[in-house]
Amino acid sequence: MSILEINNLSLSFGGVKALQDVSFRVPENTITTIIGPNGAGKTSLFNCISGFYKPQQGTIRYQGQVLSNGIKPPKRAALGLSRTFQNIALFRGMTVLDNIKLGAHVHMKSGLLSALAYFGPARREEMTVRKNVEQRIIDFLEIDHIRRQPVASLSYGLQKRVELARALAMQPKVLMLDEPVAGMNREEKEDMARFILDIREEWGITVLMVEHDMGMVMDISDHIAVLNFGQVITEGLPAEVQKNPEVIRAYLGNSDIDSLRKKLNPEGEAA
Amino acid sequence: MRIGDAKQSYGADEAIWTSQTQKLWFGLLLVILLVFPFMADSYLLYLGCLVGIAVISTTGLNILTGFTGLISLGQAGFMGVGAYTVAWLSLNTGLPFPVTLMLAGLMAAAVGILVGLPSLRVKGLYLAIATLAASVFLHFIFAEWESVTGGMGGLSLEPAHLFGWAFQSDFMMYFIIVPLSVLMVFAARNVFRTRIGRAFIAIRDRDISAEILGIDLLRYKLMSFALSSFYAGVAGGLFAYFFRVVTPESFPLSMSIFYLAAVIVGGMGNLLGGILGAAFMTLVPEALKLLTAALTPFYPNAPVFMSPMLEIIFGALIVGFLIFEPHGLAEIWHRIRRFFRLWPFRN
Repeated sequence: MSILEINNLSLSFGGVKALQDVSFRVPENTITTIIGPNGAGKTSLFNCISGFYKPQQGTIRYQGQVLSNGIKPPKRAALGLSRTFQNIALFRGMTVLDNIKLGAHVHMKSGLLSALAYFGPARREEMTVRKNVEQRIIDFLEIDHIRRQPVASLSYGLQKRVELARALAMQPKVLMLDEPVAGMNREEKEDMARFILDIREEWGITVLMVEHDMGMVMDISDHIAVLNFGQVITEGLPAEVQKNPEVIRAYLGNSDIDSLRKKLNPEGEAA
Repeated sequence: MRIGDAKQSYGADEAIWTSQTQKLWFGLLLVILLVFPFMADSYLLYLGCLVGIAVISTTGLNILTGFTGLISLGQAGFMGVGAYTVAWLSLNTGLPFPVTLMLAGLMAAAVGILVGLPSLRVKGLYLAIATLAASVFLHFIFAEWESVTGGMGGLSLEPAHLFGWAFQSDFMMYFIIVPLSVLMVFAARNVFRTRIGRAFIAIRDRDISAEILGIDLLRYKLMSFALSSFYAGVAGGLFAYFFRVVTPESFPLSMSIFYLAAVIVGGMGNLLGGILGAAFMTLVPEALKLLTAALTPFYPNAPVFMSPMLEIIFGALIVGFLIFEPHGLAEIWHRIRRFFRLWPFRN
């Protein structure tokens, strides 16, 4: 059963066709990865799904419902589609804790008047959220030592982790991660891969990810879609995708297929 | 040195005052505020009231500009709406002051929402110009809608009253203005302990991620405008009761800039900064006048020389603060606190 189905999606900016007739599905409770060279349209696809871009054609079906262009980003967030960004989009002036709490915003109800008074319903709600954030998310992602620090002072790897924490606080059904391990060192990558696997296993959240790190993609993905020049060239299990000659061509051009095989198949590398 | 502040509940961790020492200092401040009117002469009392009014209005503008990142040059206009509402109500109805002030706030909030509508589309300087237009428009209404506002002559009003008490003197007004400003600063502090305040800051820091988190930008921007203008409206209402005359010239454009400067000098996005900025902007020109008076016995020409210089010195002080303390007066306070956190062991 697919939680997210993309059918014949097309998006163009003037003459530039960012996405052409893109179709693929994200099976529920899997880690599905979109790979493809730079400029293939991966982030554009994410932006269509989260509602920032309005595709000219095609449908996005989420839990069986069509998400029309009229459904704006905040509404999609409330429906359970949450995401992180390629270049971190945290609120830099706020502390880690406040950033994560912001993730829970859509699930909170207190209005302006109870906020002005604070004591009473607003405080009760804040405490529930705090407890939840502390016990479920901060513990899980091992960021308890930095909860009071402003985000701007953290290392890149930790910022990525805080962004993941914030996305989790939204209690998503589908978590979209745009390059979750880009620019990380090996240790940070391994941590992040472990978190992503746990999110799928323990939280039952479907993960849709864009990533360039082939080692990690092949290791943890259940399902891979390959995008090139705005088109899906193939989709399937990691092992199938790795062998597909079109994928190899998309990545390296026609020549030098051996080194490309190596790149797509990290097992072959000297460990 | 700060010790023994381990917390056992999340509630204690998120309290405004997290240690006994803080509570003690704040209690001391309240006592000073309470004793002040009994010790002060009429001039100091007058200044105290002015600072109180400025604190309310600056806190309001801080919510909008400092925390939500929406620059507004409409603050004086919103204060005018509040002041005229109070003046009209006091002349035409017999309502007591808590009701008129509340209505003044609500009226200003309604106008604020209207003025805030373009904020979804325009940001930064463009929004500043849009709010500037609104403030010119409001000024025009104050001056021309004679049947309600009394035109250029303005309105004179009766003193504030409640249960048959009339608040005629500055001394009595102090006991309305200062408690109200303490209350309203706390209310603002509360907002920033909850989801609403976080949403404001999120919009300021990065509006695209705010949207992805499910924050409806228009709704929260308008809410910020409404809240900010509510504060301005109440401050304007107090202004009306304090001076007991309201004219279109009571709320010139320069007043909007005054409040914007107070927010910036104090520290944007910092409630303490708003308070310090309001006090600075109100008191420094007065202090400069006192300085002139003090110099006169030695240099008989001081008033002639100094009076045109006051504005320049005032301006230079503001520029100096911006250069040397870009995070505002509040940052100085935070530095002092950091110093004493470890004192006397390391500094």
